[in-house]
Amino acid sequence: MTVAPTTEVSRLLREEFDSVLDAWFATQKREGVRRPDLFSDRESRRQLSDLLRAFSDALSRIDITEAVDIDADNWSELRMALSEITLVRTERGVAPWEMTAFMLALKQPVFEMLSKNLADRTDRLLAEAADFGRVVDALAMHINEYFIAERDEIIERQRAEMMELSTPVVQLWERVLTIPLIGTLDSMRAQEVMENLLNSIVEHSAEVVIVDITGVRVVDTQVAQHLLRTAAAVRLMGAEAIISGISPKIAQTMVELGVDVGEVTTRPSIRAALAEAFRRVGFQISRIEDTRV
Amino acid sequence: MSGPPAQPAGRVELRQERDVAAARIAVSKAMDALGARALRKTRFVTAVSEIARNALDHGGGGVLEIYRLDRPRRIMIRCIDQGPGIADIDQAMTDGFSTARSMGKGLGGARRLVDAFRIESRVGAGTTIEMEANP
Repeated sequence: MTVAPTTEVSRLLREEFDSVLDAWFATQKREGVRRPDLFSDRESRRQLSDLLRAFSDALSRIDITEAVDIDADNWSELRMALSEITLVRTERGVAPWEMTAFMLALKQPVFEMLSKNLADRTDRLLAEAADFGRVVDALAMHINEYFIAERDEIIERQRAEMMELSTPVVQLWERVLTIPLIGTLDSMRAQEVMENLLNSIVEHSAEVVIVDITGVRVVDTQVAQHLLRTAAAVRLMGAEAIISGISPKIAQTMVELGVDVGEVTTRPSIRAALAEAFRRVGFQISRIEDTRV
Repeated sequence: MSGPPAQPAGRVELRQERDVAAARIAVSKAMDALGARALRKTRFVTAVSEIARNALDHGGGGVLEIYRLDRPRRIMIRCIDQGPGIADIDQAMTDGFSTARSMGKGLGGARRLVDAFRIESRVGAGTTIEMEANP
């Protein structure tokens, strides 16, 4: 393990740990990012102390006059301490900007101490302040990346959930199924739709399947192709597909595109499709005789 | 390709399939801003969907730029990719011609759905398509 050159910053963090901690705490208080409503002073101080301790350890091992790569292995302990505190604080409702400011608040007190202790060594003062500033900035950026990564994960999870939820096959009647499609029908969803539908046909011994596209805004050649392929697969399973919900706008557009639906049955509305489905499976809807006296 | 003077009204990078949906939404919004009629919007957005997907599937991705033009007030999009280019544009525009396992109606269909259509392609350098629609 390499030993970092002794700098005034590392000496401060080691030998004047408590005063740096106090000054950091005071700066956070002044900048209003301490959140005493969420954390007691004792708790906040303990978090700062843990973080500063990890920082101090890192500086005793790593030469920060060189390029700093906060993602490298030798920063892992500090990174973990930072992630842990970020997690604890955000879970209680601390905003991302507050968390960044929380970290950046370490700069000013250390700068002040440096300028006092290195008053007669301007060159060293500038170099140390710049190096220290870079590390704190990198840590603040790490906090931001943490938030972004967390949000990306939430978005990805919701996408997956939505995908699963967005292709529900519903049994309307004995042997009649419907699948209402909403939004965009990209290749991935089309595959999902196809699978769900074919499995449901087996499960419900369905004879008619209504694919409703009322909620699909745009039917381009790819979407049309997905729909027609789905209809063909449904037919191979011994059932019939009816595509419903083709609006006048979409019908005209499909004609211009040159899409030919061939022998696939289409209906303008799900209601018309349902009537057709009943006819095919041998049911009929009739009005109840008025038996009230 | 030098079109008429244009005001930028949006830009969508086309890198994955969901970007095609983003392109449709962006063009749809730009047409709403022009007060476009519903049918015209559906037609143009469908055409945009076709060429954006072409840029993605055949051009290896690209970018879609949206512009507003004046006199007469209309919308224009420019879709640029740096893909392999199209060797025979006339053939590519013919319905039923496809290098992939698709319907082969995208390009010709897109041209029929819009009010102006320009295409420029150089083998090995990529393809640029411009389309216009009146509101």
